[in-house]
Amino acid sequence: MSTDHSPLWEVFVRARRGLSHTHVGSLHAPDAELALRNARDLYTRRQEGVSIWVVPASAITASSPDEKDAFFDPAADKVYRHPTFYEVPDGVAHL
Amino acid sequence: MYGNDFAPPEDGPGGGLLGEVEAAEAALREAAARARRGGPAPDEDFAAYFADVIDADQKIEPRDWMPEAYRKTLIRQIAQHAHSEIIGMQPEGNWISRAPSLKRKAILLAKVQDEAGHGLYLYAAAETLGVSRDELVELLIEGRQKYSSIFNYPTLTWADVGAIGWLVDGAAIVNQVPLCRCSYGPYARAMIRVCKEESFHQRQGYEILHTLAHGTPEQKAMAQDAVDRWWYPSLAMFGPPDGDSTHSAQSMAWKIKRFSNDELRQRFVDMCVQQAEILGLTIPDPDLRWNEQRQSYDYTQPDYDELMRVIKGDGPCNRQRMEHRRRAHAEGAWVREAAAAYAAKRNSKEKVAA
Ligand SMILES: [Fe+2]
Ligand SMILES: [Fe+2]
Repeated sequence: MSTDHSPLWEVFVRARRGLSHTHVGSLHAPDAELALRNARDLYTRRQEGVSIWVVPASAITASSPDEKDAFFDPAADKVYRHPTFYEVPDGVAHL
Repeated sequence: MYGNDFAPPEDGPGGGLLGEVEAAEAALREAAARARRGGPAPDEDFAAYFADVIDADQKIEPRDWMPEAYRKTLIRQIAQHAHSEIIGMQPEGNWISRAPSLKRKAILLAKVQDEAGHGLYLYAAAETLGVSRDELVELLIEGRQKYSSIFNYPTLTWADVGAIGWLVDGAAIVNQVPLCRCSYGPYARAMIRVCKEESFHQRQGYEILHTLAHGTPEQKAMAQDAVDRWWYPSLAMFGPPDGDSTHSAQSMAWKIKRFSNDELRQRFVDMCVQQAEILGLTIPDPDLRWNEQRQSYDYTQPDYDELMRVIKGDGPCNRQRMEHRRRAHAEGAWVREAAAAYAAKRNSKEKVAA
């Protein structure tokens, strides 16, 4: 039984209402429905979640860690995107 | 508080084993948030960057550069750990149909199911290093990769289920809690999940023994007999003594391993003595005594020749465990094939419809 018949799925769980889905791990399953069921049995045996997403691992495109600095560089020199960049005169309220 | 042994920062969060695990989780977040300034860039000097991350107690992630030997060591260790969880279902699975009450049966089922889960978390962690689960399962089935020697001992009575929970899961926890701080991210995160679940395993075992030890004289004798048989094999779970341990030094430098085999074994002994007293059972070691100077117990080492024999395949149940695993894998083939056929049929239908 080769892996292509039972591909890898990445599992995301929403722990509680109001929180976003978080990656918890992966698993093998032949289709989405079984991936969901397996994810329930594997990652939420103790009520760790109220909602599950499963995504075929092959559908994920990842940035490469080797190019980390260059890839994220455009953001590095734009400190003016943060509110802390600006000087607020003394006494200004609600800003 | 059965896992409370690791000189935790005074009154760590929650205390005990879970406190240790929570502390490791907090350290992981804290290290992730800490910026490393002035270190080598990830795209310039790979080896220097790797060393810098390890040095800063941060995590190596799947797509980072890593030395080939680091990758190989991790694959071997994580795979053998996964195999141990899967084979480890058998000794206790042996008692599911004969558990003394419906409650005990439900608990044991949940525990054995957890062990399957642990195996799957760990196979998934190993897969992030570039091997497939199928390859690893194949290596186990062909006997080319090992699993923990402890699971080659038989479970002769119901009390063995208690002794396994208390001693075998207990020893596993002592081994595994430091792995929550392992330098490889996916392994560390899997271990955090595993350890949170293990504390239930150890407590349920302890409770079984406590109930038996406070029951009829026959029940108490059965509990003592189980402890007598499982004590030394549990000590052997920590591996050969430090002098003979081949992989330790490099694994320590890479922060895969945090403590030596003998250090962990000592912790386990120190933690068990008081727990045995409360059970009213005796640890089968006439030379076990408190050493004021070392602030630890002196104890008799397990038989390491026996450990080597069992690892090489000559334990009481090696053949039975492997045969069972092979049979279970072969008998599950039609389920995997049917599920794959169904998925393929549905895929082609969807394509037609689209
Ligand atoms: Fe486990
Ligand atoms: Fe366990």
